[in-house]
Amino acid sequence: MIVRGRLTVYEPRGEYQIVLEHAEPKGIGALQLAFEQLKERLAAEGLFDQERKKSLPAFPQTVGLVTSITGAAIHDILTVLQKRWPILHIIIAPVQVQGEGAAKQIADAVTSLNSMKEIDVIIVGRGGGSWEDLWTFNEEPVVRAIAASRIPVVSAIGHEVDVTLADLAADLRAPTPSAAAEMVVPVLSHLVTQLEDCTVRIQRVVGQRCAVERHRLQAHVSELSRMRFDVQEKSQRVDELTGRLCQALDELSSTMKQHLRDCHHDLLSHSPLYFVKHGLTLIPQLVTRLHRQMKSVTLHRRQRVQQVVAELNNLSPLAILGRGYSILYNLGTGQIIRRAQDVRIGDELKARLASGRLGCVVKDVIPPTSA
Amino acid sequence: MATVKFEQAMARLEAIVGELERGDLPLDESLKIFEEGIRLSKSCLKVLEDAEKKVEVLVQEKNGKKKLQAFSPADEVDDSSS
Repeated sequence: MIVRGRLTVYEPRGEYQIVLEHAEPKGIGALQLAFEQLKERLAAEGLFDQERKKSLPAFPQTVGLVTSITGAAIHDILTVLQKRWPILHIIIAPVQVQGEGAAKQIADAVTSLNSMKEIDVIIVGRGGGSWEDLWTFNEEPVVRAIAASRIPVVSAIGHEVDVTLADLAADLRAPTPSAAAEMVVPVLSHLVTQLEDCTVRIQRVVGQRCAVERHRLQAHVSELSRMRFDVQEKSQRVDELTGRLCQALDELSSTMKQHLRDCHHDLLSHSPLYFVKHGLTLIPQLVTRLHRQMKSVTLHRRQRVQQVVAELNNLSPLAILGRGYSILYNLGTGQIIRRAQDVRIGDELKARLASGRLGCVVKDVIPPTSA
Repeated sequence: MATVKFEQAMARLEAIVGELERGDLPLDESLKIFEEGIRLSKSCLKVLEDAEKKVEVLVQEKNGKKKLQAFSPADEVDDSSS
């Protein structure tokens, strides 16, 4: 036993006491040193890095199990796995978990399981034991094989207090083998319940939705039929009004046609052509009548003129001269002499005869005897 | 069971339940994903029912090759040494 602590003296009795701070079995120090050194080296390589950790599949189909075929660990794991997830395919890679060659067997088993493509997750486990018993899981080949696994690895080595390098390299560390089994598989009955619950929920939701939609649809259908009735009613009204309108238009049209015919007739009867035709026959008649009238008037006038001319001839002084009369003019004044007293003896007179003239000198003036 | 496909199917199914329960999808879309949900749920259950339960042991033969053989609980010996 190697111990470390403080040495004290109990004065009343003069006894020495050691207060222990650390104790270890003799010989374990070397192992511990090797452990720390390897841990440091592999950590430096990044084998324990958190970023390397793979997540576990939620519903594994096939699980690889690296453990001893004999012992409590395999029994616990199988029991839990089969109870929770009875449909699981389990492939056991039996190994020695301690002693000479155990490390190589474990490393080989992890590698072999990695070559089988159907495996979803690997459990590497063993039951509790002394630190030396668990030592295999601190050996480099085991740690490296676990770190290199493409399949997620769950470690379950010893008890919760024992942390091996294999635990550090694993993707997940379980405190016990049973716990590893619980971490790896879900509970089938829960999953089935969950699935059934999903089915029930979506059926209920969709059923309710369908009921709501059906109700809405029915409301629309009755609304539509009410509208159709409305439309039919209105269309009948439209038909009726259209008929009346057509009839009114026909009546109006025939009235207008009749009126138009009347107008046309009136218009024809007042045509200027009619007057022109009438005028064309009237004008020659009038012309004839005018000629005739003119002739008659002319004749009448001519006769009257001849008559007046004859009368005039009768009244002409010249015509009287023809019957032996003559006209005396005062040669000086040119006046016609009607009274004797207007001339004196010796006055020269001119006498106009029916044919030619005479120059005369007054010899005597005899006034009228009684005036 | 293709593990990934099953997980995706479960995730999709849960998403569908959520979408339908939110109730803001048009009816035809709801019916479409409802059918998908029922199909997924059936196929998931079928996958679970059809999954073959077996326990095998990987044994090394004398020529160094490895093969699988059925594991019987009789092989399991209670041995406290492990």
